[in-house]
Amino acid sequence: MTATTAQNAAAVPGEDAPVLSAINVVKQFKVAGGHITAVDDVSVDFHAGKVLAVVGESGSGKSTLARMLLRLMPVTSGTIKYLGKDVTHIRGAELRAYWRDVQAVFQDPFASFNQFYTVGAMLRRRMPAKQGDETLDELIERCLSYVGLKPDDAVNKHPHQLSGGQRQRVMIARALMMNPKVLLADEATSMLDASLRVSALNVLQDLRDRLGLTVLFITHDIGQACYLADEVIVMENGLVVERGITDDVIFNPQNEYTKRLLADVPDLKGSLKKRND
Amino acid sequence: MRASNITAVYAADSGQDVPAVDNVTLEVPEGQILGLAGESGCGKTTLGNAVAMIATPPLYVVTGSMQIDDQTIDLATLAKDSNNIHRPYRGATVSLLPQGAMNAISPTLRIRDLVHDVMAAHDKGVTKAEAMDRATDRLKMLSMPSRVLDSYAHQLSGGMKQRMVTVISTLLDPKLLIADEPTSALDVSSQKELIEMLLQMIEMKIMRGVIFITHDLPVLSMVTDRLAIMYAGKIVENGRTEDLVHSARHPYTSALLAAVLDPTKETRTKHVLGIPGSPPNLGNPPSGCRFHPRCAFAMPECSTKEPPFLLEGNHQVACWWAEKNPGVTVPMEVSVV
Repeated sequence: MTATTAQNAAAVPGEDAPVLSAINVVKQFKVAGGHITAVDDVSVDFHAGKVLAVVGESGSGKSTLARMLLRLMPVTSGTIKYLGKDVTHIRGAELRAYWRDVQAVFQDPFASFNQFYTVGAMLRRRMPAKQGDETLDELIERCLSYVGLKPDDAVNKHPHQLSGGQRQRVMIARALMMNPKVLLADEATSMLDASLRVSALNVLQDLRDRLGLTVLFITHDIGQACYLADEVIVMENGLVVERGITDDVIFNPQNEYTKRLLADVPDLKGSLKKRND
Repeated sequence: MRASNITAVYAADSGQDVPAVDNVTLEVPEGQILGLAGESGCGKTTLGNAVAMIATPPLYVVTGSMQIDDQTIDLATLAKDSNNIHRPYRGATVSLLPQGAMNAISPTLRIRDLVHDVMAAHDKGVTKAEAMDRATDRLKMLSMPSRVLDSYAHQLSGGMKQRMVTVISTLLDPKLLIADEPTSALDVSSQKELIEMLLQMIEMKIMRGVIFITHDLPVLSMVTDRLAIMYAGKIVENGRTEDLVHSARHPYTSALLAAVLDPTKETRTKHVLGIPGSPPNLGNPPSGCRFHPRCAFAMPECSTKEPPFLLEGNHQVACWWAEKNPGVTVPMEVSVV
């Protein structure tokens, strides 16, 4: 898979042709006495083999944007393009093919598991026994190895026997089995402890470097975006207020909101409590 | 305030007791905030519950006592006593702000009704007006709007709800407040507001000590005076926050610090390896030092003998490596890319 994905990544010429893009996307929700605009005329491009982080407070529209990109929610207006093709209104087999290529990992790894299945049973479900030369067991083993798990560690276990970090890594492995081009991680590491969080982020970094995977990383934690992302966009109230490469956005923010967000982040050494003893 | 030798076990179905907190001693000096940090499942919350005296089966406190001023309370025998002993203790002496406390506000009651309920639970004669007066005064002191008292839970933001439950849980001026993950569900801006309010409250001497439980080290560095790091039911390191952050003496503390991702230039270029393996099963903890299977500095004696609790001035650490290397900061397991 490494070779084919690398070819796919190479087939996309440079920065100009994004893998996935949202063009003037708007989402409005009806509420009593009018509507609220959750995502307001947002255009974003996702380039092959890059990690793009979407940062913003609760309610800034990050997850709504993700749901529309995943085609889990209809857009109010605007276009979503995948490999140059308009996928905003595709249906049926085309949509299922799109869902294979664009995979997602969500915040709560516990909610995405069926408690009664072992991990192996869950990974095997609805999968053909053989894909090309590779048997299903080999595929499972390979995908688990990408996320740093051994099949013996996970396959015969039930979800409750795994730690939060392991569960989240199994979810990433499950997404990888579909050989996706884009992986969308919506607050995928927010529920994990700091030390587990770092290993999950390392997995994503590694997938980008080894498989050329495009990652859309949604978070409210600028620190994580700083560790992982190549590019950052900052959202506030449905609007993109700042975008650019990570170093520019985080170390030289132009927008007032970005500056405030950065000022509020506790910094381990910088914000040590002033003491009087 | 001092909680000594606390051991708390969960009685498992298999008949084997799982010691989630193993012989832990904590001290909160007057007017200070103590941070308690560690991974999920290391026993932080269990320790908080034991000290707040809300241990209910299957959790049992086996040994341990609590000393506040001249009063000593035996935590192990308390569970057998009637509720009458617990009531004045809870809320007035020690107040617990449990995880997700902001979701405890009833959606059908106004905040002021909750205020009255809390006050009436300790003093049956208190009238609604008296309770309101007290709450209004307290909110004024903390420069928060008193209109909040007339609101329902759904009218408040997450940050405001969390600040309100904090205010309500300290209405009776508890000597000690135990705050369990109070900031974890909040975004950074609300986190900062809550922390500033807590600092203000301790300044005003509303409570005389706080135990702040979270796994978020940057938040702890902002709010605490001292830090205790917990691993697998034991305290592995304990000292002034500044000393711990700048010169960690236990490899576990160092690994936790390395995993902190704050938006600095350093984070941009570092590659953190994380802690290999997963936390041990507390029903059958590793021999010797409980951290040794995951420790990069493990030595032969680590797996056989329990490390001594070294006292280095104001700083305590339980580690063989630290004993062999006095005064040396544990190097961080970080590579630069």
